[in-house]
Amino acid sequence: MKARVTVTLKSGILDPQGKAIEGALKSLGVEGIASVRQGKVFDIELAGADKAKAEAVLKDAADKLLANTVIENYRVELLS
Amino acid sequence: MKSAVLVFPGINRERDMARALRLASGREPAMVWHAETSLPAGTDLVVVPGGFSYGDYLRCGAIAARSPVMDAVRKFAADGGLVLGVCNGFQILCESGLLPGVLMRNARLKFICHDVHLRVERSDTPFTRGYNAGQVIRVPVAHGEGNYAADEETIRRLEGDGRVLYRYCSPTGEVGDTHNINGAAQSIAGIVNERGNVLGMMPHPENHVEDIMGCTDGRGLFAGLTAHLDRAA
Repeated sequence: MKARVTVTLKSGILDPQGKAIEGALKSLGVEGIASVRQGKVFDIELAGADKAKAEAVLKDAADKLLANTVIENYRVELLS
Repeated sequence: MKSAVLVFPGINRERDMARALRLASGREPAMVWHAETSLPAGTDLVVVPGGFSYGDYLRCGAIAARSPVMDAVRKFAADGGLVLGVCNGFQILCESGLLPGVLMRNARLKFICHDVHLRVERSDTPFTRGYNAGQVIRVPVAHGEGNYAADEETIRRLEGDGRVLYRYCSPTGEVGDTHNINGAAQSIAGIVNERGNVLGMMPHPENHVEDIMGCTDGRGLFAGLTAHLDRAA
């Protein structure tokens, strides 16, 4: 089973990298962008096929390591 | 003082730290590999040095914070043992839950590598007793992620409880945006936990301890720790 964990900064947390990317897009002439916040995507392959179990494993992985929940939120998606 | 310096893959300041500890205490620190599950018997100070543990992959300090030796350090700290984390060590202590908050990317995105001035906020702690309250010291920094951040409540408690021990400042001790090199909340350079036995700081006092380094302002921290622990022993 394939899954994706997306980690993003909580709203209100300053994101200097996102700001720099936003500035770079503006200087490239890409129009219509109001703001950019960057994050991380983890594509994960799971050994079993049990959906409920997979979600629990991914949540555990995100809480223990993938996200720092002081500043980050995460979202777990089962892809197949 | 019987100190232990933790060694993680990618750490590169462990020998500077060991040298500073040896100079201050006259004793050779134990170097403890990250896969160990216990600290040497009689350890009274654990030091998490600077560097780039695990290549700063995922988040600075995130992987090191989950290594086996950190369980032993958590227990050591819970029993009241003194823990000092410098630079990557500060990041590791935050990631391990021993200190609140997080070290974010520097506000201006640059890796900063030069001397800075720090104001010592109080002198009545094991980590600052080698200085006077309000004293300004000069020590180097070398980091890309030193921008201390925490939620408002945490910052309020840090300030209210006097847990900010070191703050970025001007050569004469003024604190403000112009001297806040990395954008840290409240110009925070170093904080202690609630119990006051775990210090994390971004600057490198271990690199200003000998005349040949051009400055010896970092000595006070190690001399203070030695005095504190040798008196307790």
